[in-house]
Amino acid sequence: MDDARPLIEVENLRLSLPDLAGKPLIGPAPKLEILKGLSFAIPRGAVLGIVGGSGSGKSTLGRALIRLLEPSGGAIRFDGQDITHLPEADLRPLRRRMQMIFQDPLSSLNPRRRVGGIIGGPLRLHGFDAIDRRVDEALDHVGLPRSFRSRYPHELSGGQRQRVGIARAIALRPDFILADEIVSGLDVSSQAQVLNLLEGLVADLGLTLAFISHDLSVIRRLCRNVLVLHRGEIVEHAPTAQVFAAPRAAYTRELLDAIPLPDPDQPWG
Amino acid sequence: MLDGRGAIRRRAGARLWLSGGWLLLLVTVALFAPLVAPQDPLAQDLMSGRLPPFWSAQAEPGFWLGTDSLGRDVLSRVIWGARVALTVACIAGPLTALIGGALGLIAGFYRGWADRIISRLVDIWMAFPPVLFSILLIAVLGTGLTSIILAIVVIDWTRFARVVRAEAMNQGAMDYVAAAQVAGFSRLRTMTAEILPNVLPTLVALLSLEMGIAVIVEAILSFVNLSLSTDAPTWGGMIAEGRTSIHQAWWVLAFPLVALFLTVLSFSQFGEGLKDRFDPVLR
Amino acid sequence: MSALLDIRNLSVALKGGPRLLRSVSLSVAAGEVRGLVGESGAGKSMIGKALLGILPRSVEVVEGQILLDGDDLLGLPPAERRRRIGQRAALIPQDPLTALNPAHRVGPQITDRLVDILGWPRARAEARALDLLAEVHIPDPGRVMKSYPHELSGGMRQRILIASAFAAEPALIVADEPTTALDVTVQKQILRLIAEMQARHHTALLFVTHDLGVVSKVCQTLSVLYAGKVVEETTVRDFFRAPGHPYSAALLAATPKYTDPDGSLTPVPEAVIAAVRAEVEAAETEWQHGRR
Ligand SMILES: Nc1ncnc2c1ncn2[C@@H]1O[C@H](COP(=O)(O)OP(=O)(O)OP(=O)(O)O)[C@@H](O)[C@H]1O
Ligand SMILES: Nc1ncnc2c1ncn2[C@@H]1O[C@H](COP(=O)(O)OP(=O)(O)OP(=O)(O)O)[C@@H](O)[C@H]1O
Ligand SMILES: [Mg+2]
Ligand SMILES: [Mg+2]
Repeated sequence: MDDARPLIEVENLRLSLPDLAGKPLIGPAPKLEILKGLSFAIPRGAVLGIVGGSGSGKSTLGRALIRLLEPSGGAIRFDGQDITHLPEADLRPLRRRMQMIFQDPLSSLNPRRRVGGIIGGPLRLHGFDAIDRRVDEALDHVGLPRSFRSRYPHELSGGQRQRVGIARAIALRPDFILADEIVSGLDVSSQAQVLNLLEGLVADLGLTLAFISHDLSVIRRLCRNVLVLHRGEIVEHAPTAQVFAAPRAAYTRELLDAIPLPDPDQPWG
Repeated sequence: MLDGRGAIRRRAGARLWLSGGWLLLLVTVALFAPLVAPQDPLAQDLMSGRLPPFWSAQAEPGFWLGTDSLGRDVLSRVIWGARVALTVACIAGPLTALIGGALGLIAGFYRGWADRIISRLVDIWMAFPPVLFSILLIAVLGTGLTSIILAIVVIDWTRFARVVRAEAMNQGAMDYVAAAQVAGFSRLRTMTAEILPNVLPTLVALLSLEMGIAVIVEAILSFVNLSLSTDAPTWGGMIAEGRTSIHQAWWVLAFPLVALFLTVLSFSQFGEGLKDRFDPVLR
Repeated sequence: MSALLDIRNLSVALKGGPRLLRSVSLSVAAGEVRGLVGESGAGKSMIGKALLGILPRSVEVVEGQILLDGDDLLGLPPAERRRRIGQRAALIPQDPLTALNPAHRVGPQITDRLVDILGWPRARAEARALDLLAEVHIPDPGRVMKSYPHELSGGMRQRILIASAFAAEPALIVADEPTTALDVTVQKQILRLIAEMQARHHTALLFVTHDLGVVSKVCQTLSVLYAGKVVEETTVRDFFRAPGHPYSAALLAATPKYTDPDGSLTPVPEAVIAAVRAEVEAAETEWQHGRR
């Protein structure tokens, strides 16, 4: 395989969704364009930070990248293969290799399934051996006690649920993970643990990571490149250091200014 | 909206045990009706017609709940009537749930054309008034237990289809369904192993209601003489007969009515109780 | 002056199991914003749930009092208690998506509470909802009112819950990590809105968060929780100047700052964890002795 080729290539990606709020009484709902022609690539083993305002299309972009949504235009290539319009059945062999960690932890866990089943189910599907051991390891990695296997999602705290979602994704040993806002619900200690874990996976196993976050300190720490999204368009895509030192887009500057520093005396707009 | 959610605390135990107890009792006597019933439910004895229940001075031993105008033992007829009622409930209920539930699940999960066909069908179906529909059906199929069961299934599957479809749609909007897709599970497996367990509590509650409804429908059809032969002991038939002699022998009406009421109530309470007790999310 | 909310010695436990909250005491005065921080799973949400009477069924209050306006909620009959809570307090829940009903449009989910519990006319409730959505900077509020929850972004859902909590102008809001899905610019606007509400209506908040930056901007007082026990209760100024407990100090030290590129992303040191855990365990043993 050609290692120099980026794992993910996105070309002029467009995506529209039906707008039910604007639906007339009869006839189809009008389309709302959410992603307006995005082009970028994520090299193997790289970590791309995706930031942008609320509602700018980050989660939608994430769902398109792992093909939970079908783009209405442009192209997405995963490992050289065009997956833009691949039907679900043909995507299935690729599924283990690209994983997503969802923004809303409780909703992403089946309420009537125990943690052990939530993490172990996908492993079983993809023919892994020693499922129990792998589930335990995954729980260890995210800092949850192994006894949590027999708990239901509603018996966990918010941060614990989020970590179950992370454990489910990493247990599959994917090539690509899309992490949608996964650390904002964690305390600094758990945050550090999860970030160290992800960094380790990137360094040791060549994991490629797209990391959606509002937390610019985390982005700065984790990502080499940052992509700034604004209303469905890329307004800035540059190395992290450059974005922080000299933000080009006005929007990026605004973002930097609004960060509350942990200091009651810091003036804040 | 949000604040009252968990405040609904229900006592699961009592309701489950009471309703379950009654249903268990009913099932047992129905199963062993030939052994349990003190008299032959069909045996007439015009000499001992309209005997009052056991606590009355004129009561005769062996006729615990008295006799009707033809001298048939009320208790034995209630017991044999339970057989008919439970047969209808236990076959018609689950069958309705299976058909309506499956169609609703498919419509709600797969959406698209499957949903369009099923939903249209439900709409058309519901345009018929149910009582007329059932009488029409019985007229075509002829009377008898099978016809009653068929009539119930044919009429009531839409209730299941509608509710389950809506619930499946709600669940489909949850990210755990997307997570199953990301994991690579097939659509069918996602529907049966992820969505179904979450729709099941609703389905069980609906089923228990439906079994109660089946008992009532059977009683109504017997009442208007569209069920089994007039002789056969059914609660509905007994109520119809008892109505004519309510002033002389109220017990002929009262006991089947009480049995009917308790049974219908127990079915619905049992369903709720099961949900309270076994649904992990509510525990 | 008595506090608006006064939680005294509250212990909550799994039925027949270990305690999840260990003799927690904290108070919030009218117009005060109290921060609540602590590691994931420490019991922050549990405090909010106990106070609003929405504890899971497997969990029960084993001791303590929750005084709202001076009356012990736990001593009131359930209906009266629900009414009080409904009128005086509101929750911004931690899980925006699951807190909204997927089957209904967003608008009625905000207005129903105003109409049903507070008896407002529907038109007034709708106007209020539109205003509030605009105040939490949701673009095109009219469209959003007509949308279903799954059509909205995570941050929009969260702001809808914020708006819906503020709608009835409650005296107390339990905000459970209300800004996790918001970008910093919107977060800033929301925190401003909170400050404004606080000034205008004297709203009090119990503000659960992991972000000490946010704490430093909106809270006046702070409680630090570890494993269900309050290890420090202090004012925000004192906390940032000189944290009173080693665990608090470690928490503060571990907080990353974007201004510092190679900033620390080190967990709270093992030694500190061990010490605070020992402290909690000692307190637990003592408590159990006291019970016997
Ligand atoms: N299923 C849908 N139907 C219609 N519109 C949608 C749908 N999903 C998302 N949108 C709209 O697309 C836009 C982008 O949403 P998206 O969830 O991608 O935002 P986001 O960048 O992830 O924001 P946040 O940071 O708040 O999570 C929003 O305006 C949202 O209302
Ligand atoms: N229904 C339950 N059964 C058993 N344990 C539970 C239940 N609900 C919560 N817990 C446990 O109680 C503890 C406190 O949970 P809580 O949700 O209050 O944490 P939190 O401080 O809000 O954490 P986070 O920041 O992650 O949201 C957790 O360790 C959790 O595992
Ligand atoms: Mg999002
Ligand atoms: Mg919480």
